[in-house]
This record gives sequence, structure tokens and C-alpha cells, in this order.
Amino acid sequence: MDLTRRNFIALGSGTFALATMSALPAFANLTDDAIAELTGGAALGEGGVTLNAPEIAENGNTVPIGVDAPGAVEISLYADGNPVPNVATFRFGPLSASRSASTRIRLAKTQNVVAVAKMEDGSFQMAKAEVKVTIGGCGG
Amino acid sequence: MQLDPKPIGLLAAICVVGGAAWAEPDEDQLTINDELAIVTEAAAPAHMEYVNTIYSGWRFRSDETQAVQMDDFDNPGMLGVENALVNWDTAEGSAGQSCSGCHGAAEEMAGVRAVYPKWNEEKGMVTTLEMEVNNCRETRMGAEKWKYTGGDMTDMVALISSVSRGMPVSVAIDGPAQETWEKGKELYYTRTGQLELSCANCHEDSYGQMIRADHLSQGQINGFPTYRLKNTKLNSVHARFKGCVRDTRAETFSPGSPEFIALELYVASRGNGLSVEGPSVRN
Amino acid sequence: MASGVKPRVKVPKSAAAGDIITIKTLISHKMESGQRKDDDGNIIPRSIINRFTAEFNGQNVIDVVLEPAISTNPFFEFEAVVPEAGEFKFTWYDDDGDVYETAKQIALS
Repeated sequence: MDLTRRNFIALGSGTFALATMSALPAFANLTDDAIAELTGGAALGEGGVTLNAPEIAENGNTVPIGVDAPGAVEISLYADGNPVPNVATFRFGPLSASRSASTRIRLAKTQNVVAVAKMEDGSFQMAKAEVKVTIGGCGG
Repeated sequence: MQLDPKPIGLLAAICVVGGAAWAEPDEDQLTINDELAIVTEAAAPAHMEYVNTIYSGWRFRSDETQAVQMDDFDNPGMLGVENALVNWDTAEGSAGQSCSGCHGAAEEMAGVRAVYPKWNEEKGMVTTLEMEVNNCRETRMGAEKWKYTGGDMTDMVALISSVSRGMPVSVAIDGPAQETWEKGKELYYTRTGQLELSCANCHEDSYGQMIRADHLSQGQINGFPTYRLKNTKLNSVHARFKGCVRDTRAETFSPGSPEFIALELYVASRGNGLSVEGPSVRN
Repeated sequence: MASGVKPRVKVPKSAAAGDIITIKTLISHKMESGQRKDDDGNIIPRSIINRFTAEFNGQNVIDVVLEPAISTNPFFEFEAVVPEAGEFKFTWYDDDGDVYETAKQIALS
């Protein structure tokens, strides 16, 4: 495979999908507040939720996103650069086979997409991925 | 081919700002619903002097965008096709006829999209699919014409395209259509607007390069009408032409105008050999 | 009824008892975010699908709260367990009070 820019990005996107980091970076304030509202300030673990997001969004209007958190009761999605950070909350019922869902979201600009999963034991897991939202073409 | 120094400087600036990255169309193959093979790469038709291989716009899009088109359920353009299927069976106008009344099932229209725009002997001009739909509505159904780039019309053209998917685009450029084709070719290569750009400057000279963060395609229309992520709806050929010309900061032409009919015939012929792909999903 | 809103779902026709199936849903809806302005500069009010639920024989599979950041023509893909033959019921709730529903049968194979 040629190491074109496109392929290089494709190689790199695998690491972004798992979004495991050692230090929690500072979030935008609104997102911090929204997450605190959900967790009541509880600690956010890592590694328990997978967030699938493209490294570069072809168009910020329609960005495919997937979340997966085995053993989660619900997963909340946030976008820390959007006018309102809340994106969606997925609550899994008794007949849900896997605690996973995919959808398409709007991102106003390059920003972090954050997934927070509430686990069955009441603890919380978090994953974060940066999605670059670009302007293309002649503006048409 | 002449390259004026002034606009080439602008074009070079665009390329440099975009990182001057030559990103070829990718190698992915397109199969829809795991069963319908779509040809997205072919030898360029003989009439194209400066291009060896033609590629569908699908090949220039990100993996995520490409995936959306590979399944008719995932493809939001198919919502338009479903709307059109309702219209297809609805009787309208003074004749009390529906499309299906004369044409039968929509599948019977297979092969039609592939050969349009086409010379219409009765009208003495090249006509587009939209014009033929309105022709039917007015003269045979006694119904009102649809707006050329409106939702109903674009949905219907998407339906008619969808039943031709996989068939090779094959528009005639000789015989009575030749004069129109030559006009379209001239328009394609004429610089317009404050930016002094012709279609060829981007889609022939620069396809594969980045224009800002967009991966420039060859500007093929085999996938039209197309569901654009940018405006989350189906877009027709003339609507797209209008936008592109406007983006060169020129006075643009109207949908259904002789200029756009000629341009559509010419641009369609640059895709002869690719599969009909509409409704496609693009940026 | 908000005009032109059509739900579509993709559910396999049959499954063995206990199988896991993938369900896809799509509903044509503009999802007016409340961020856009009209030509006079006035905010176009928010008008979105705000909730989506999927049930099987009365038991919940998934319950989604949607915010304006969900794209036009909301799309969801998720997995369900099929314990027996029966009916999936899908419901979308609109800001304007409309409720859209569709159902799909699944047989045991």
C-alpha cells in the first residue's frame, strides 16, 4: 500500500478509535458541566467504552459515530465544540444484545466527541476522540 | 493546452494551501447490497484527449462516506426513491393516469438513465430526463409540470436512475446530438467568473488533489442525483452545475437552460463506461 | 403530522431463538436544530425527533434520547436478542407532539 496521506491517516485512525489516554485533558466547560450532571462528580474510568469516530469528517453535517460498552446500562454522547454539547443518550433494555449503537451526528467544527457509559454497578467509563471537521471545495 | 499565468497562480495558491498533496482515488471496489457490482473505473472514452482513466466520484470519498452508499438501507438517497415510487403509482392530471399506467413497474425503466441526455426527434433538441418527465406530465398526463430541481422531480430522477444501476453510461455524442455536445464541450473548457475557472481546471487538470480539505473528483455525473452530506438531500445535475458556476463567482445559468443541457450531455459523455450509480452519496 | 416523515426499519425476517440480530432504523426528518437563522435573521425554532424506542413483544430493546446534534434523517443501528417469534415495535417522538410508529414481525427459524 502506498504511504499516501490518505493511507497514513487510515493507519492512524485505528488508535483514535480506542481513545485510551493516561491523563484526562481539560474539556470545554459546558461539556464538563453536562458530564458532571450525569455522574454527580464521580470518577471516570477508562477502557470500558469504545468510541468509533473518523479522524477526519468528510462533512461535519453527517459524521458516523459508534459506541460500545459491554455491561453498560446507558451511554451518553457529547461534542465539546458544539453550541450544545449533548448529542444523544442510549439506554439499553433487557432485550438489547450488546451495549452498542451507531448513529450519525452533526459537528460544528473540529472538536472532541466524548462517550460516557454508566455501568451496571453505578460506576462510569469514558472515551474521547478528536474529530477534525474541515472546510472543503470552493464553498459550493 | 494554454495555461494563462494569472489564474494558474491562483490555482497554485489553492493547491499549496491545500498541502499540494496528490491523493489518487483509492482502490476500493463498490458493490451495493452485497450483490450489485458498480464499475467505478474505466478507460477514458476516445473523445477525451487529456485523461486516460475515468473514475466515479465514489472513489474520491472517505471510507465512511463510501460505506453509506453500499447498502440501500443506509443510503438516505433511497428515501427519495421511495417517495418517487408513491408518485409513480399515483394518478394525476386530467388524463387520470399515473406513470405506472403507461410505463408499468419502475423496473421497466432500466436502461433509460444510461442514455440520457438524448436527442429527441420530435422536439428537435437534446432533452434531459427531467425534461422528459415534465413532457409526460404536461402532454400525456395533463398534469402540472414539476419544478426542474424541486424535490418531487429529483426524487423521480433518482428512482429512474436507481433501476439502471450497474448499467454502463452510454450517451450518444454524434449524429443530431453532436452540435449540442460540442457546445457543452466548449462550456466545459471556458474559464468564467472572477476566479476565471473552467470545469476542466479543477476536474480535469486537478482531480485527485485537495482543494482546501476536499478531495477533488473528476466531476462525473454517473452518480446523480446525489445525496450530499453537506445539505442532507438529493441534488440534481443542474442544481450542482448552478452551484459550481456560482462558486467561480460568475453569473450562473438556470436549471433547464440550453447551456446546462449541453453541459450535461458533455459531462455525461465523459463518464461513458462507468456504471450508472444514482442515487449516490457524496460530500 | 409533520409532513414527509417516513420511518424505515431493517429487521431480518427470521432468527433462531436466542439469536442476536442487527437492526437498522432510518426516519426522514429534517431535525431543525434551532441554530439556523432565516433570511430576516430570526432563529428558526428547534423541531426535532427527541426520542426513539424499540420494543419486542412489550420488552424494551433500546431507548434513545436525541438532541439537535443528531443529523437530518436520524439513523440508528443496534443489536437485539430474539428469544421467541413476535413483533418489534419502533416509535419516534417529535418535538411537535407527533408520534411515528412502525412494526416488523420476526419468525423463528
